[in-house]
Amino acid sequence: MATQHSRSAARMMMAPAVILLLGWMLVPLCMTLYFSFKKYLPLRGGDLGWVGFDNYTRFVSSSSFWPSIYATLVIVGGVLAITVVFGILLAILLDQPMWGQGVVRMLVIAPFFVMPTVSSLVWKNMFMDPNYGLFAHLWRFFGAEPIQWMSQASLPSIIMIVSWQWLPFATLILLTAIQSLDSEQLEASEMDGAPIISRFWYIILPHLSRAITVVILIQTIFLLSIFAEIFVTTGGAFGTKTLSYLIFQRVLESQNVGLGSAGGVYAIILANIVAIFLMRIVGKNLDN
Amino acid sequence: MARAVSNRRRLINTLLAWSIGLLIFFPILWTVLTSFKPEGQAIADPPMFLFFDWTLENYFVVQERSNYMRYLMNSIIISGGSTLLGILIAVPAAWSMAFVPSKRTKDILMWMLSTKMLPAVGVLYPIYLLFIQLGLLDSRLGLVIVIMLINLPIIIWMLYTYFKEIPTAILEAARMDGASLRSEILYVLTPMAIPGIASTILLNIILAWNEAFWTLNLTAAKAGPLTAFIASYSSPEGLFFAKLSAASTMAIAPILILGWFSQKQLVRGLTFGAVK
Repeated sequence: MATQHSRSAARMMMAPAVILLLGWMLVPLCMTLYFSFKKYLPLRGGDLGWVGFDNYTRFVSSSSFWPSIYATLVIVGGVLAITVVFGILLAILLDQPMWGQGVVRMLVIAPFFVMPTVSSLVWKNMFMDPNYGLFAHLWRFFGAEPIQWMSQASLPSIIMIVSWQWLPFATLILLTAIQSLDSEQLEASEMDGAPIISRFWYIILPHLSRAITVVILIQTIFLLSIFAEIFVTTGGAFGTKTLSYLIFQRVLESQNVGLGSAGGVYAIILANIVAIFLMRIVGKNLDN
Repeated sequence: MARAVSNRRRLINTLLAWSIGLLIFFPILWTVLTSFKPEGQAIADPPMFLFFDWTLENYFVVQERSNYMRYLMNSIIISGGSTLLGILIAVPAAWSMAFVPSKRTKDILMWMLSTKMLPAVGVLYPIYLLFIQLGLLDSRLGLVIVIMLINLPIIIWMLYTYFKEIPTAILEAARMDGASLRSEILYVLTPMAIPGIASTILLNIILAWNEAFWTLNLTAAKAGPLTAFIASYSSPEGLFFAKLSAASTMAIAPILILGWFSQKQLVRGLTFGAVK
């Protein structure tokens, strides 16, 4: 069907997108690689020459490196656990027959559309403020001492905020997957007297496994680079400095570009490891 | 497939789902309610839910004091501009990949997706430096370009999956009837592609509106959109819950409504066809 003529026309139509994305990927990536091998302090002397792998070893041996890895893992792991577990439960619930299903669905997905700076500040101030936040009122109502959320429980606070933002995403995708489940299979097992737990374990969960994998991979990629949620709440204090926040501070706040770029290369490698798995699933689907 | 369900079970499902739904929605509801309270009642203990002195004062104060309109305009220009530019570049590309596929189409699609996986912080300084060199720092044009580029893979993927669903048999029939390429595109394909393009536009406006890495790092007072405007409330002077709420409500209301319209497209756009 495709003639020579239409093939070259097709190539022309693709060219702008390909060239732009190629430039967007290669130019900054090469610059980051270039800077990562230099001692480069824009505000204190500028380009101070090549230093080999010095930045790479200094980045991982600095005292804030391992805490940042810890904070990253705790936040990503915590948010994934909460959103996947509650996402599955919520998706199953929303799939049941009920009145006003459409409205409940709208309520549940709403947080996804709230911009990160708004959700972070609303939670930080109106819920977690130790004097006037709703949680403080609630704690005092039960005679307990209000918690200083952002300092005493900084990581759980961030996990709570980010989970609230991402729960809708997990729920919506898992709900889409559940709705494609063959209901006859479920009915048959129900008639055979299979208890709810085993129906969930042997039919629903295996059916959802691919959707769960996709949710985990996509969320991991986004969660590895959360920024605004930390920027407007703790500013990286109280043990909430993630790997990407540490790199941001090195590059823009202390203007140590060489060191920050080496960190950036680590972050790119880390994201690519996750991306490979995601791409495999997406690629397989493209063949069908 | 319809299963007979007792009303009792339906009632329990309904109650449970509504309570959880309202709990999840509560922070948004609370923000909207607080935006109508006088500042003093916003922090009252015990909290006041409905019976406070409703007022629009906070909205006026936010407008006057902080140039809200300029930030709003920046948000509209940046999200609208980047989406429009992205669509102009993506439609031909997605089109040719869907209708004139070659052996490399799949590889190109996968590669485009991989550019989306690049962590922004890894290229923060290069972009920052390029922006300074090109005079784009704190300019709307610069943000339009960057946000268009970070969303371009999603736009192309979404359009590709929509175009793929258009049956090629219709195209062949049109060709048989002697339609030229021009009229084929204009009268046969475009009407069928419009719903897909519209959903893609919708989802991308939402993503661009809420983008909060580049907008925070590449703007200052001049080109900052609403994400940056809200971030300026993170260092409070005195009590400001009601004003924060008014500003937040204005920042999220338009996009929340758009979002509700685009729920279905959300799954398609954000999973790259991996979940159907």
